[in-house]
Amino acid sequence: MSTYYNPEDLKKFSSISDFQPELGKKFFDYYGEVFKEGALSVREKSLIALAVAHVVQCPYCIDAYSTDCLDKGATEQQMMEAIHVGAAIKGGSTLVHGVQMMNKIKELTM
Amino acid sequence: MRSLQAENHPLSNTLQQLTVLNTGTAPIAALPKFEDKLEQANLYPLRPTGIDVLQLNIGKMCNQTCKHCHVDAGPDRKEIMSQETMQQCLAIVEKHNIGTVDITGGAPEMNPHFRWLVNELHKLNTKVIVRCNLTIIVANKKYFDLPHFYAQNNVEIVSSLPFYTISRTDAQRGDGVFTDSIKALQLLNEVGYGKPDSSLKLNLVYNPSGAFLPASQQSLETDFKRELAQHYGIVFNSLYTITNLPISRFLNYLIDSGNYEAYMEKLVNAYNAEAAQQVMCRNTLSVSWDGSLYDCDFNQMLNLKVNSPCNHISEFSLQSIMERNIVVNQHCYGCTAGAGSSCGGSLA
Repeated sequence: MSTYYNPEDLKKFSSISDFQPELGKKFFDYYGEVFKEGALSVREKSLIALAVAHVVQCPYCIDAYSTDCLDKGATEQQMMEAIHVGAAIKGGSTLVHGVQMMNKIKELTM
Repeated sequence: MRSLQAENHPLSNTLQQLTVLNTGTAPIAALPKFEDKLEQANLYPLRPTGIDVLQLNIGKMCNQTCKHCHVDAGPDRKEIMSQETMQQCLAIVEKHNIGTVDITGGAPEMNPHFRWLVNELHKLNTKVIVRCNLTIIVANKKYFDLPHFYAQNNVEIVSSLPFYTISRTDAQRGDGVFTDSIKALQLLNEVGYGKPDSSLKLNLVYNPSGAFLPASQQSLETDFKRELAQHYGIVFNSLYTITNLPISRFLNYLIDSGNYEAYMEKLVNAYNAEAAQQVMCRNTLSVSWDGSLYDCDFNQMLNLKVNSPCNHISEFSLQSIMERNIVVNQHCYGCTAGAGSSCGGSLA
């Protein structure tokens, strides 16, 4: 193995069922249901997935959902805004923990 | 940008394209054959259901050179349909009472006999569709009156506008095309095209500006209507989503950009048997600039003539045409992927 991430491995995603078919099937059935048109459109779901893909920094998911967003008719601006939403939450989640730090300082200092 | 033919590119040879489509690389050769997919759905051999539409490709000459063009059209292409061939087409339309004639190109308006053809079809009371690239309307003063000409002949306009943003449209169709297309759409609206209370139909075509598939036709139509109305005051009737077929310049783009194998796999994986039942070649007959007959405009560009003893408009026989088996190949996956694709948009 020359690299941890190989783009060709994305096509093998379904093979995770090989070692545990029952749980694999349950996961992929659930996955398929989640991304169907519902209260959210398929495009909105794809944009959310793109944002999450960046937050969890999954190269496979970024590859898959960049393509899927185009397939679903999203614009480049929508895709980048989605990533900013992910970035804002990730940045915000770091900073909001600053309150804990401030609480601790209050606790320890005069 | 010049046509593949002008550059003497290997892919300007249709046999080379068919080789690339069938055995180009090991992964491509390993893809299931389209006829096998049809066989599984009891659709092979694929048979015609009628001739509802006669599609006339009246020339490869065009004022644009789009990166994805399956015709390899452009200003350097000189092939155009003669008036004699048009007359033969008119005779067939009249004799067999064909309901719709769909005129395409290139830019069909650049054929000197174009207006005569449309006038003659109008006299026959046939529905006439013109696939207008929009920019021709503002390209030269001799075309400025086209919106009025179309309206006088009650022509239905079908026009490509790959996206409602400048960047994606110009990336596919050339710099300045979006701005000129918007001007042309506004001129068409001015004479009544696309207005809710008008009989003059203006339909737009979305096709992906790259190696991906079209989104849902309905959702894109909503987006296009909102964006074009809000930013440019433009209205239109319907949006047709059309998948780019892997032939000619789009095939060249796929190979050059390293997307060819993945795109073919995507088309194959998205095969939809329901769309396959409704492919346009079953009720359409395509005529090339030289009068040869094909099952569709894509087969025409691959030089895959109808599988019939009569393969020229001068020797047209309805019986023979209806008895033919439709010629299919690997590019046909483009019409059966996802919601399907045809000159009239999605199928399933």
